[in-house]
Amino acid sequence: MAEPLHALTALGRPEPLDETIGALRLTERIDIALASLAVRKGREGDVAAAAAAAGIPLPDPARHAAGPTHAAFWVAPGMWFLEAPFATHEDIVARLRPVFGDAASITEQTDAWICLDLSAPDLVPLFERLCAVDLAAVPEGHATRTVIEHLGCYLIVHGRGAVRLLGPRSSAASLVHALQVAAASLG
Amino acid sequence: MTQTHRLAGGQIDRSRTLRFSFDGLPYLGHPGDTLASALLANGVRLMGRSFKYHRPRGPLSAGSEEPNALVELRGGARREPNTRATVVELFDGLEAASQNRWPSLRLDALAINDRLSSFFAAGFYYKTFMWPAAFWEKVYEPLIRHAAGLGSLSGAEDPDSYDKGFRHCDLLVIGAGPAGLMAALTAGRAGARVILADEDFRMGGRLNAETFAVGGMAGADWAAAAVAELGALPNVRLMTRTTVFGAFDDGIFGALERVSDHLPEPLPGRPRQTLWRIYARRAILAAGATERPIAFENNDRPGIMLAGSLRAYANRWGVAAGSRVAIFTNNADGLRSAIDLQAAGVEVAAVIDARPDAPPDAPPLPGIRHLRGAEVIDSAGRLGLRAVTLRHANGRTEVLRVDALGVSGGWNPNVNITSHHGSRPVWDPAIAAFVPGAGGPRGLVAAGAAAGALSTHGALAGGQAAALAVLGDLGLGARAEALPEAEDAPVSIVPKWHVGDGRGRAWIDQQNDVTVKDVVLAHQENFTSAEHLKRYTTLGMATDQGKTGNVIGLAVMAELTGRTIAETGTTVYRPPYTPVALGALAGRSRGPEFKPVRRTPSHVWAAEQGAVFVEVGMWLRTQWVPRPGETHWRESVDREVLATRRSVGICDVTTLGKIDIQGTDAGAFLDRIYCNTFSTLPIGKCRYGLMLREDGMVFDDGTTARMGEHEFVMTTTTANAVTVFRHLEYCRQVLWPEMDVQIISTTEAWAQFSVAGPNARRLLARIVDQDISDAAFPYMAAGEVTIGGLRARLFRISFSGEEGYEIAVPARYGDALIRRLMAEGRDFDAVVYGTEALGVMRVEKGHVAGNEINGQSSALNMGLGRMVSRKKDAIGVVLSQREGMVDPGGYRLVGVRPVDPAGRLVAGSHLLEQGAAAVIANDLGWLTSKVFSPHLGSDIALAYLRGGEGRIGQRLRAVNLLARPATETLVEITSPHFLDPEGERLRG
Repeated sequence: MAEPLHALTALGRPEPLDETIGALRLTERIDIALASLAVRKGREGDVAAAAAAAGIPLPDPARHAAGPTHAAFWVAPGMWFLEAPFATHEDIVARLRPVFGDAASITEQTDAWICLDLSAPDLVPLFERLCAVDLAAVPEGHATRTVIEHLGCYLIVHGRGAVRLLGPRSSAASLVHALQVAAASLG
Repeated sequence: MTQTHRLAGGQIDRSRTLRFSFDGLPYLGHPGDTLASALLANGVRLMGRSFKYHRPRGPLSAGSEEPNALVELRGGARREPNTRATVVELFDGLEAASQNRWPSLRLDALAINDRLSSFFAAGFYYKTFMWPAAFWEKVYEPLIRHAAGLGSLSGAEDPDSYDKGFRHCDLLVIGAGPAGLMAALTAGRAGARVILADEDFRMGGRLNAETFAVGGMAGADWAAAAVAELGALPNVRLMTRTTVFGAFDDGIFGALERVSDHLPEPLPGRPRQTLWRIYARRAILAAGATERPIAFENNDRPGIMLAGSLRAYANRWGVAAGSRVAIFTNNADGLRSAIDLQAAGVEVAAVIDARPDAPPDAPPLPGIRHLRGAEVIDSAGRLGLRAVTLRHANGRTEVLRVDALGVSGGWNPNVNITSHHGSRPVWDPAIAAFVPGAGGPRGLVAAGAAAGALSTHGALAGGQAAALAVLGDLGLGARAEALPEAEDAPVSIVPKWHVGDGRGRAWIDQQNDVTVKDVVLAHQENFTSAEHLKRYTTLGMATDQGKTGNVIGLAVMAELTGRTIAETGTTVYRPPYTPVALGALAGRSRGPEFKPVRRTPSHVWAAEQGAVFVEVGMWLRTQWVPRPGETHWRESVDREVLATRRSVGICDVTTLGKIDIQGTDAGAFLDRIYCNTFSTLPIGKCRYGLMLREDGMVFDDGTTARMGEHEFVMTTTTANAVTVFRHLEYCRQVLWPEMDVQIISTTEAWAQFSVAGPNARRLLARIVDQDISDAAFPYMAAGEVTIGGLRARLFRISFSGEEGYEIAVPARYGDALIRRLMAEGRDFDAVVYGTEALGVMRVEKGHVAGNEINGQSSALNMGLGRMVSRKKDAIGVVLSQREGMVDPGGYRLVGVRPVDPAGRLVAGSHLLEQGAAAVIANDLGWLTSKVFSPHLGSDIALAYLRGGEGRIGQRLRAVNLLARPATETLVEITSPHFLDPEGERLRG
């Protein structure tokens, strides 16, 4: 067997981005495996039972929830994105398939996204320059899809000062640039 | 120069002095000044030349309605034309210049236009510059534009940045005068999320410009206290220097915040302006009212301004616009100006009150001549007012030497934003003005002067009532607190629009130089509707949108037609309320940041190799990779093609759309999506598929692999990746919701490379852990493999016509994979080929791409008619069999070669019989794609040709009608498969 292949981040670098701009800390997360989980027709009960047994949360619409190993957020009717530690769950589909069997369609999404954690004492001034989400009003655990500089992104609110963004991987540089410029403009 | 016209008082900071210049001369002012107030304080009232007649002009107003005092602000790349001096906040070092004059403001050569005014009346251009027609664009228009201009742009790139943003609130209050402040206080105290926005840098609106008391204190002090209270409320956001310029859909308002316009230049990193989208559950328009003048002959001289503005300069800025002034009014408010100016120490020569029966003492004018039933009929003074001529009630005329005249024809509520969704304002005879009509933007109500309540008490009460209604709507309880005490004088107005018989030149729209006479002419020529009047005379079409002139123009037209103003109606206001710079609308989307860029997983590596990139949609793809010594792109492309066909070539195909399709009905779903069958595809195999639109034309193509019983991976073209995904979602959710199908895009999740050529398998065998021999992994096989244990996917497919594979790994490993492939490929002289070489190879092979899948072509046209299965139904199959679509003489895909191998082909050339004239009736088809084939050593092309199959072997002409003169090449029609028609190379 040949040597393993090395990995680059979505920004084309060997190491993940970790940058501070004014009050904002911007951290790229490459240690999270992602998969989509979609309920097959009529299998809602099976999926719910399997998830409960495995400790995988399947939150309500517009919500994110964390379990012991997996976290999940709702993306569409009968569909969630599941997060798990990359180190142990790199082949996340292989790990989830035994849990859900043929009750759900599972697709690897890890590298389709750049995953960014943003933190600051108050992220509202930044996000009101980025997207239409009313960060000041949404509760903790809010998860939604929004558009930032033309890019469709998932936004997960872990508090007024902590937000996770998933943006399209191929446009990672454009997205990060937009965040950097907006953060810098806050002075 | 000293500030000769400065009075005591005002809301300026006299402890600091600011230096600025106008037309190169230095002046002094104070923080709190506008450019106009500071210039007036320095005795400068000539600030510009008019648009058409180049007449000397000074400020008419003290606010954003200003039509005259337009200047070029700042220098260099930041020079901004048509800036209203009345709203420019003075800063140290400000530079401004007058515009539309030559050689100087005082001596303007084009003032000759004023002498020739009878030639420049409304409709002049339309009637005059008719002949010869060809002269319009080249001669007349440039001449007219040169003469009739506003300011000029610097021509340099804008050095500043502009932000965009989104804000949310329960209640947006537009305008921070008495009504807006009261509304914001009421809602803010009740706990609602409130945004209070005002275009001014100092909140308070007219309270800053008036002397009367509110709640027992000076109005401006009450306003300052209210602003302080609001500022301390965490649920209230104050936005000064912010103009709400439009109402858009569903409670979204556009607002422009001038973040840095009051500074010499933006602070580092900060934007110049921010365009906010404000999402408001409710909104209150408290935009106040704008005073309008009365038109009389020569009413546009510097020194003649709105009466309310004259007192605003005195009260707010401590500036006397003249040393001896008169007031010309038709309503009680004009009298206030006389009183305030007198109190400020300015000599008031007379109040010329057009009302014959003006009440004697409301308000009292001690020691001021109050001439009831009189009117101003003319003025004098070359570069500024020296005297006015008035006519007393008894007909006697008198010349009054004054250097400033305040004119008040009444106040127009600023209804503009209520009209943005098409609602027309309605006429209120009690105040002789338009007030908001029904059916304005949902959730928006007007309050205070904007709703026609023109007293201070009316404004406070209206603002409070509107806010209480909003709070009730939103379920937030609140009680009406006692209103602060304020004046509640009645509007005593006798409408007076213009003086005289319309023969002299009495200005209505000062920015566009429209006079009463022009309205008379419009009437004479039957342009009598409000909309025609506007377009014929250009009334209200300047950047001020006719804020001071429109109603007068309509009133004059009403008089002429014998209709009421209500019957005459008004044009509808559109956004923006005041001008918005294009830079602000663009925000950060300009230059290289106009749109996001998509990079492939091999981008870093390709950039290291010096690849030339091409934009494909938002993707940057490698177009070719030049090697040292190659000076022409064709050398690189030919080498890449030949090397691939000779040995092995690698191409990043990550950009192709990849859609994961799962579910127990996935196969049946694909049968309906593709015109050919997929439910029978064995697991571990892939198949080329063709997707039709409902009308039977080809929509997209690509290969789809079956990875499991209920699991497929579809590929689409790069261009249609999103469109196809959207189509699948529509089919799944809307057309066939009963099917068990789940889809998700995985385009970005996998880095995918095409590896093609006779040595492709040998190269891959060095990398892939599994046996991929022809027996183990035959043509059109698909499956999961590993590379050093890493999960990967392998598909044996080819677009180039060579034995080919596509190999995919999770995107983060794409860089490593391309490096591994190139390292291992060294023994095979492996090359990377770009999109150009890909194009050459697919044309050589006769594969269709975007040029052939042009939205007007069927599978039959493409020579793929047999793919349309009749054993099942699929989208587009029925309509693909329409009579016109199956015409045997219709277009078919063919190959085209020049008879002389050195002959040149041009894509888009039309095919004609030899000897046939190049006219549409003889047209047989056209060349869709053309490349140079290094394999064949000549140009080759694909073409759509009528009855194409039957014409193979014929000689036709390929005529390029776009060349001058037209060029043509004798060509031979061939099979579209120039290379390996039997596909032996594919199978290895």
